[in-house]
Amino acid sequence: MKNNNKYIDELIQKHNFDKTKLLKILLEIQENSEQNYVSKEDIINLSEKLKVPLSQIHEVTTFFSAINTEPKGKYIIQLCDSTVCRLSKNYIAKDELEKELNIEMGGTTKDNLFTLEYVACFGACDRAPAMRIGKKVYGNLDKEKISKIINELRGDLNE
Amino acid sequence: MNKTVSFVTDNFNKYDGLNIKKYIEIGGFSGLKKLIEKGPDFVISELKETGLRGRGGAAYPTWKKWDMGKKRIAKDKYILCNADEGEPGTFKDRELLDKDPYSVLEGMIIAGITIGSVKGYIYIREEYPNIQDKVAKCIENARNEGVLGESVLGTDYSFDIELYTGAGAYICGEGSALIESMEGKSGRPRNKPPRIGTKGFMQVPTMVNNVETFSYVTAILRYGSEEYANYGTSESKGTKLISLSGNIKNPGMYEVPFGVTFYDVIYTIGGGMKSDSPFKFLQLGGVSGPIMQKYILNTPITYENTSAYGLPIGSGAITVGDETNNVVEFLLGVQKFFVHESCGKCTPCREGNIQLKQLLLKLNDGTITEEEVIRIERISNTMKIASLCGLGQTAPTAILSVIRYFTNDVYKKVGFHVDFDGDLVKHYLENMKIDMSQIKLKYTEFEY
Repeated sequence: MKNNNKYIDELIQKHNFDKTKLLKILLEIQENSEQNYVSKEDIINLSEKLKVPLSQIHEVTTFFSAINTEPKGKYIIQLCDSTVCRLSKNYIAKDELEKELNIEMGGTTKDNLFTLEYVACFGACDRAPAMRIGKKVYGNLDKEKISKIINELRGDLNE
Repeated sequence: MNKTVSFVTDNFNKYDGLNIKKYIEIGGFSGLKKLIEKGPDFVISELKETGLRGRGGAAYPTWKKWDMGKKRIAKDKYILCNADEGEPGTFKDRELLDKDPYSVLEGMIIAGITIGSVKGYIYIREEYPNIQDKVAKCIENARNEGVLGESVLGTDYSFDIELYTGAGAYICGEGSALIESMEGKSGRPRNKPPRIGTKGFMQVPTMVNNVETFSYVTAILRYGSEEYANYGTSESKGTKLISLSGNIKNPGMYEVPFGVTFYDVIYTIGGGMKSDSPFKFLQLGGVSGPIMQKYILNTPITYENTSAYGLPIGSGAITVGDETNNVVEFLLGVQKFFVHESCGKCTPCREGNIQLKQLLLKLNDGTITEEEVIRIERISNTMKIASLCGLGQTAPTAILSVIRYFTNDVYKKVGFHVDFDGDLVKHYLENMKIDMSQIKLKYTEFEY
């Protein structure tokens, strides 16, 4: 585990104690956490250091979809469930992902490696059906592709 | 015949979207230089000449917005580029920022100098992390090259750009919600007035434009308003970026002149349907747009022609569905989206979307009653009139259009005995003696 106190201090300093950078700071905390979320301790810590009311940070973290307040897997697999991906039969990808990971939509694998969730459109409609893992978007999904992606990610972990 | 053109996309694939030297070599910043040479009034008159309208969806004349911004007397003014492209089916801003980001930054600098602002912000959605990294590098390169900073291209003008990120909220495409989220608050639209042009980010007058609009300004200044007017029709001059998606052979972003028909876009450019199944419907302008039948296909894509149908071109998204789809099921996808994305601030949108979803579920499994069909229309109209912002006002557009134009799908689902011509809702409304002229699929202007 990283020393979160020190990390948050540095992060706030990097952003010049600018309260308008709250979203960016929260996203960076999340990116740096092992389980892709912003913990209660982080929020309290941030509130004190950035001098933003706790209630406001709580509201922001619960308002925005991209900020998690509960622990998630190391890899969050985000399958688009908006109109274009639905037209492109994204349920095939859903079924395959659930089978491959042996979890249901919304769940996290027991080893905390993968979380599978539906998200709203992330603008890859020209490659629908699409999913997003971290910064990477995978489009034109089919069964073979999904199986390959998951295996590659599992392979990364074994290295 | 090739129906696509390259005016605003002329730089695509001529450089990697990062190398600023290469951008300058292929004519980059010549629009900005023209402004420095001829002054801000020239920019406004050029924009007026082209009739360029805001490309985020609201289609407000750009020159009017800029002229108001220029005339506003204030100590500080900000320029804001809205790159929170959240409308499903829309990815034109992603393409512009990926393939020609400097044209967007150049447009922002032009805007800044024109209205007398020294600070610009670009707000990019969280879903485009790679684009954020790229634009951050481009801003850095532009500073090093002397295009941004204390002295823009060695002149007395100064202008700088700062990057902000969203965090996955569709509502933040609405200007005041976007600004709220920039201020470190949750992204809920503000009550207006004051509008953001008067009191925007940190209470400073803020002029917001879409990514595409800025890119067009750059191209128009570079090539001239006459060159722009070579494309399009007399009332809708120029070109438009179209995001084509759905059950189509060649989905993608295309630049087309105004005046091409939907048929041209879907069949000539898009290659027609992906499978053997024929065309059934299209949704225009993303999920907040109407769903139309095939008779729309011969309509030219222009502001004047589509508004005759009460259709907004919106963001320029065209999502196509084939005969294998049931429109009511498609609507459920639309409605799920709005239930998730409603910010909850105003009651018509927060509660209305949930109620509509319940009614749609009933419509989908065929258990809806006749009264409930009427209730759909009633709730929808309340939302259109009483919602605080564009999200709630446009959320029921798709539902109303389906009830109106896809009576067969609705009939089949509900199993009503149909003994009249025309559409279901019209039938009910006439029986209820409601004035039909009061109920229109009218487009509400909003700031996306």
